[in-house]
Amino acid sequence: MKLLAAVMLAWALLAPRFAAAALDAPTVNRLAAEDTDEKIQAIARIAESAEPQALAVLQALADDVLYVLADGRVAIFAGERMHDAATGVEITPVPESRDAIAINNRVRREINTAIAALKLTAPERAIRLASARELQNSAEPELLPLIKRALEKEADPEIRAILALTEASASLKSGDPAVRLAAVRTLAASDNPGVKLLLSTMLEKTGDGNFNEPDAKVRDEIRAALKEIDARLSKLESVGNLFYGLSLGSVLLLAALGLAITFGLMGIINMAHGELLMIGAYATYSVQQAFKAWLPAHVDWYLAAAVPSAFLAAAAIGMVLERSVIRWLYGRPLETLLATWGISLLLIQTVRTLYGAQNVEVANPGWMSGGIALAGGLVLPWNRIFIIVFAALVLALVWLMLNRTRLGLFVRAVTQNRAMADCLGVPTRRVDTLTFGVGSGIAGLGGVALSQIGNVGPELGQQYIVDSFMVVVLGGVGQLAGTIIAAIGLGEVNKFLEPYAGAVLAKIAVLVFIILFIQKRPQGLFALKGRSAEA
Amino acid sequence: MSELVEERTQGGGWEDLASYGRVLAPGEVDVSHGAILYLEDITVSFDGFKALNRLSLDISAGELRCIIGPNGAGKTTMMDVITGKTRPDSGSAFFGQSLDLTRMTEAEIAHAGIGRKFQKPTVFENHTVFENLELALKCDKRVRPTLLARLNAAQREAIAEVLETIQLTDQAGRPAGLLSHGQKQWLEIGMLLIQEPKLLLLDEPVAGMTDAETDHTAELLLQLAGRHSVIVVEHDMDFVARIARKVTVLHEGSVLAEGDMAAIQNNERVIEVYLGR
Amino acid sequence: MTPFTRALVGLYTARRWAAIGALMALLLVAMPVAHLALPADHPLHLSAFWINLAGKIMCYAMVAIALDLIWGYTGILSLGHGLFFALGGYAHGMYLMRAIGRDGVYQSNLPDFMVFLDWKEYPWYWSFTEHWWYAMLLVVLVPGLLAFVFGYFAFRSRIKGVYFSIITQALTFAAMLLFFRNNLGFGGNNGFTDFKRVLGYTITAPETKTALFMITATALLAALLACRYIVTCKLGRVLAAIRDSESRLMFCGYNPLWFKLFVWTFSAVLCGIAGALYVPQVGIINPSEMSPANSIEAAIWVAVGGRGTLSGAILGAVAVNGAKSWFTNVFPEYWLYALGLVFILVTLFLPRGIVGLLGGRRPS
Repeated sequence: MKLLAAVMLAWALLAPRFAAAALDAPTVNRLAAEDTDEKIQAIARIAESAEPQALAVLQALADDVLYVLADGRVAIFAGERMHDAATGVEITPVPESRDAIAINNRVRREINTAIAALKLTAPERAIRLASARELQNSAEPELLPLIKRALEKEADPEIRAILALTEASASLKSGDPAVRLAAVRTLAASDNPGVKLLLSTMLEKTGDGNFNEPDAKVRDEIRAALKEIDARLSKLESVGNLFYGLSLGSVLLLAALGLAITFGLMGIINMAHGELLMIGAYATYSVQQAFKAWLPAHVDWYLAAAVPSAFLAAAAIGMVLERSVIRWLYGRPLETLLATWGISLLLIQTVRTLYGAQNVEVANPGWMSGGIALAGGLVLPWNRIFIIVFAALVLALVWLMLNRTRLGLFVRAVTQNRAMADCLGVPTRRVDTLTFGVGSGIAGLGGVALSQIGNVGPELGQQYIVDSFMVVVLGGVGQLAGTIIAAIGLGEVNKFLEPYAGAVLAKIAVLVFIILFIQKRPQGLFALKGRSAEA
Repeated sequence: MSELVEERTQGGGWEDLASYGRVLAPGEVDVSHGAILYLEDITVSFDGFKALNRLSLDISAGELRCIIGPNGAGKTTMMDVITGKTRPDSGSAFFGQSLDLTRMTEAEIAHAGIGRKFQKPTVFENHTVFENLELALKCDKRVRPTLLARLNAAQREAIAEVLETIQLTDQAGRPAGLLSHGQKQWLEIGMLLIQEPKLLLLDEPVAGMTDAETDHTAELLLQLAGRHSVIVVEHDMDFVARIARKVTVLHEGSVLAEGDMAAIQNNERVIEVYLGR
Repeated sequence: MTPFTRALVGLYTARRWAAIGALMALLLVAMPVAHLALPADHPLHLSAFWINLAGKIMCYAMVAIALDLIWGYTGILSLGHGLFFALGGYAHGMYLMRAIGRDGVYQSNLPDFMVFLDWKEYPWYWSFTEHWWYAMLLVVLVPGLLAFVFGYFAFRSRIKGVYFSIITQALTFAAMLLFFRNNLGFGGNNGFTDFKRVLGYTITAPETKTALFMITATALLAALLACRYIVTCKLGRVLAAIRDSESRLMFCGYNPLWFKLFVWTFSAVLCGIAGALYVPQVGIINPSEMSPANSIEAAIWVAVGGRGTLSGAILGAVAVNGAKSWFTNVFPEYWLYALGLVFILVTLFLPRGIVGLLGGRRPS
């Protein structure tokens, strides 16, 4: 399926060139030969020509849309139109008499190899890259000579790296233990984490209890190679862990920041907080779709519009909730918990009805794909970097809002002494609504960020609700600084535990840790001191 | 700072002295020397502010003592020290001759026989008056005995007696939440009484009461004196004048004056503190 | 009359006893007869669907009274009761898996999922689970011990209110993640299913199903009476006092820790038993039973029926789950709307639940 997609892409890219280049017509006509060997010879010749039209012809043959006409010419007949296979010139009208050229599996294999080879040497970098990536996952030893040839010609470092890995992994599948041994030794010098995975799979047992690698000597070599690679990688890994920990911490922070306001400052336990994240993500999706429909040229900039939209959407829903439900439950936290859980169910089902139960696709803008490549295959993806920067920006905004604006002043006043604030003429009820709106809006911003790194579906929020509450509880209620440290700390601890314990156990370990931690410090990391903490 | 350190050392010395002379084991309250509560040189400070400053006080068995003092004089903190809610920085607090209050938990102190009534009446509002007293009743309060508990005749008798004392016999079946403010105060005193405490601490027992209720409370307290030792913290001077035999005036964490009501009312320093001259 | 029977009779008024007796006659006599003895075309015949549904709901009702004991009476909202339910279910499930014997897909002594993991023998914690009595011991001990240890730490550091709720939710969430792991030895995602027999009886046979149904009804009655005893004796008044004013209770000389721990552990054990009864009737137990959503849904059963009334909790479990199975048959896509609205409307407008609406006595 993926191969087909790649081929379609190649087809689209090549289409305008039809008229420009031409193949040797007699050779092309031999594709119609009855004899399989002759067909294969012709395929090889066409592939060698390396003309752009060659790919089109071979692909047509593979797709069963190559026809032989009454005059012996060979033509591609796809859709409603027919083109001469050798020249690419359109044939009109389409002749009535034509025969499809049939191929057997042997020919098909040859075609696939030839197509892969052609694409690996195509002038367009994108095609070469796509094809190299494609081969990486399905390298067979038969393709080795072809990969070697492509590797000699290739200048692009990214493609070279993929090809080198592909070559080695293809060699590992060779029947000859000596070849495999040599391949392992070559790979030992690599610092590509993909190699490590490749080698360790060789040491695993298959379903019937045999090793993937039958030869014990090769297995020993693999173990030695793995050790060598491990030593080199472990350093890189800690850098990577640090980065990914920071990025996970930022995600947690974005998820928990809104909660730090609604739960931490206002004391409202909002179980629908996760759904506000989800609303933010869906707002991002809707803006993306709107850009696709009406501003396709500027689709890369949809995030600029998505950020305010997500904030406003989530804030509006938050304020409606506060006015309609939560307000009536102030001072009854357990009831608030249940009612907001009900709200979360309503929101989930509404989104399901509006957008369908399936995940929707939110694409990273072009400028966010790829990343900063460090040595040893460690890539810091742009979308992760974006999250970290975005979290820092949101945090700065929240801080400014709380400490430098009138609303912030009111919020702090109301949370410290509601009755007194009331007496001083602070409109406490409006402040409640606005504060809850801001907290919800920030959750919406978190949703924008989550849409860039994970799936967007109706259950998105449910995954984050437990985590977000843990962050706020661990950080200490009402403490922004605590929330930050707890979020980043949890992110880092999670990522550093993962290599030893696996993602799930790391998560469990963190949860158990929090439960134990709260034993010692029920007020969280940064407890307020003095009498107010007791209240 | 250095002052504080000095204070601690001195206090420590007192405590040590005390420890040598007495057996510090929980057990019966020994009132053989006539006093039920000794506070010696108690100091409590919160972030540098001294709520209690070398406070010394003793209460005799069966005495009814009133403690007065302006806001911030340390009355509530003193109660907190006695009930174990606050640990003193230095000084010693003994219940009878042998029980070191500074080393006991709140529950242990309650068990030893000190009952406290807070300013705001707190009764179990969803329970009936009878059930409130039943919960407070002196008995084995661990889980299993509670699960199998059945009231015996003596216990019913005790509850009925207390109901009579606090004049709530005809309200026994009503939820305590429906009682008037004064009745709640009495119920709370009743809940203390039924625990058969040796020492009762009452924090502003007549705050918010009508005159009639105040009269009745005064009567009730006078009736208690002799059978129990009672400490009453109160702002209402008229009320204090009616019940007091001996009054202690606290000011800035220590004892300003002590004596009968007439003496206190004529004390220069007390007048100064109260009238701010 | 022995003191025991006197205490038992004293739990309810004569009229209530009559109602309970009628209900038990319906559950233990009328329904089994209508299912087993009447021919399928008889107008009063009760199909297996109804027996199954009623059995399931009675298990939920047990969870509801367990939750009501800890929430309605003691004021501690647990969002982790799904965990204890599932643990009880898994404990019984272990026995049921071993009772499959060699009738699995791979015809091995081991359950299919272990064969799939290429395990050669049972891990140590599966020891003795071939004995039904041992599994029953686990049903009680595992949720009980977990609740005791967790509760000890939580109550000792005086974690209260929503904090306790959130921590219990995190606990069940963590357990769910753990049970999703294949190499834990509890079947991962799929959990335990395809049971064949229990104590030698074919598990799908109508007679076995009916017997399980009757056992569940009896267990529910026993649980109700035990809870009723707890809430009407002095201990029940202590629990309500914890709910209303914990510090006051401490000044009365009680240590709330042990009372909370007792009722919390008892409640967890009840849930474990409910789970153990649930699994053979439903035929499957998997980690999704531990999802936070399940536990919080149990809270709404109690809220719908009326907190602080045991009959209300049962009523709520029956009402919500009855509605659930009706909705999921007729308007599956509207069930979440309905449930969400129930959560909101009950907390806003029906703080005392259906029982309060019917004019029942003030909860105490």
